Amino acid sequence: MRWIAVLFGVLLAGCSAQAPLGLRGTGDLGIVIERASGRVAIVDTSARSVLARVEGLGDLSHASAVFSRDGRYAYVFGRDGGLTKVDLLLARIDRRVIQAGNSIGGAISQDGRLVVAQNYEPGGIKAFDAATLELAADVPAAYGDAGKRSKVVGLADLPGNRFAYALFDAGEIRVTDLSDPARPKTATYPAGTQPYDGLVTPDGRHFLAGLFGEDGVAMLDTWQPELGARKILADYGRGQEKLPVFKMPHLRGWAVAGRKAYLPAIGRHEVLVADTADWRLTRRIPVKGQPVFVMARPDGRQVWVNFAFPDNGWVQVIDTQTGEVVQTLQPGRAVLHMEFTPRGEAVWISARDDNAVVIYDTTSFARVATLPADSPSGIFFTTRAARTGF
Amino acid sequence: MKSVLFLSLALAAGGVLASGDRERELVRLVRQDCGSCHGMLLTGGLGQPLTPEALRDKPAENLVATVLYGRPGTAMPPWKSILTERDAQWIVERLLSGFPKEGG
Ligand code: HEC
Repeated sequence: MRWIAVLFGVLLAGCSAQAPLGLRGTGDLGIVIERASGRVAIVDTSARSVLARVEGLGDLSHASAVFSRDGRYAYVFGRDGGLTKVDLLLARIDRRVIQAGNSIGGAISQDGRLVVAQNYEPGGIKAFDAATLELAADVPAAYGDAGKRSKVVGLADLPGNRFAYALFDAGEIRVTDLSDPARPKTATYPAGTQPYDGLVTPDGRHFLAGLFGEDGVAMLDTWQPELGARKILADYGRGQEKLPVFKMPHLRGWAVAGRKAYLPAIGRHEVLVADTADWRLTRRIPVKGQPVFVMARPDGRQVWVNFAFPDNGWVQVIDTQTGEVVQTLQPGRAVLHMEFTPRGEAVWISARDDNAVVIYDTTSFARVATLPADSPSGIFFTTRAARTGF
Repeated sequence: MKSVLFLSLALAAGGVLASGDRERELVRLVRQDCGSCHGMLLTGGLGQPLTPEALRDKPAENLVATVLYGRPGTAMPPWKSILTERDAQWIVERLLSGFPKEGG
């Protein structure tokens, strides 16, 4: 009996020795997608280092991630429909399912129990048990009479285990209530031509879907859904010819700072500013290229912008008090994503073609560290676990 | 051997050749930047798949025109400010015969 206990102890010790990260919290951890090699780097934002790498996540072009609310697991959504639950502490894949043919991202429910993927093929959303990754609900994005299915974009979690998203092909916003996953309830709101992505405001109230096929943004006030989706920032181009759009902008993440929302203009070298009280366009800020990500530092004092090809070597910083560009940086070739540390003293930027993640101090704009990474794209920190819309 | 095969394929396909460096640039551009809409494996995304199977019955010259001039009313942008006609022809021929991997 005694030797069994000893043996068991040895086995346990063996297991914990396999935990490369040891006993620690996860509040300063995150992942960097290394998209060409189908793997993620687990990073530490305090030590500014790569702690471990996890392989075998499939096609990670256009991959994104959400976190379990204990900040231990990352759920990574791959292009090939793979949904992988990565254990940050054990630095290994906990579970993995192939849930669709072509996927574009996902979200996690308010209570942390459901992970929801948004899919291009077959078009729709699917909900999974966050613990087991078992399918909990399948909600096709069917539209029209012929039963066609639309590509889904812009999926965002709303309070009450509801999810808002947009249908690229159908020009609609939908809200699906998954409070009882066995009986999903979906409401539909006509939105405009070709919504390409969406975001929810930090309070979980307004869902915005950017439109590609026309100037403007569709906005649904989820506190007053009976009013339907209305068009804001309409005609911001005023009939001017658009530039070719070599990359779709992203609306993921908060671009809301104070009372203002900062949004990319499609086909224009501009960031649009709207007042969140009445959603009127208050300013157009000229920038270096066509914005892809427009992201507010957590305190809202700065907004950082990166750009589509061929201007993807630049990053600009807007001071939200003056509404002017105060910094123009060249972090490296092919800047794909930016992520702020939990309280925003630093920002991590992926420079895909330099195989590097570059870290800047957001006060001095000094480059404080550079980490090697293989074609890095998305960077996601565990602070997202506690935020609506991430 | 591989490069000989490659060369003869390219010649057979219409004699369009790009120099080695430009080829590498184009492979990267297609995988990474076309890939942002068509997927890095070109199996589709917002834009449809660009695999040989998916493109089989489509005339090459139409595809070259799509690459250079885009498709108005859709998200497919015109690349003529970035790519020459030769570049576009080379890309389409490679798409039709199976697009090379980066570094491969
Ligand atoms: C911003 C998104 C986007 C980018 C970037 C993009 N495409 Fe497209 N592409 C599309 C869309 C959307 C379509 C489908 C158009 C339609 O509905 O007819 C398309 C269609 C095509 C087609 C026609 C396919 C067919 O079956 O008829 C070809 C060929 C093509 N793209 C090649 C390219 C190449 C080469 C590049 C890079 C140099 C590229 N695309 C970059 C969005 C994009």
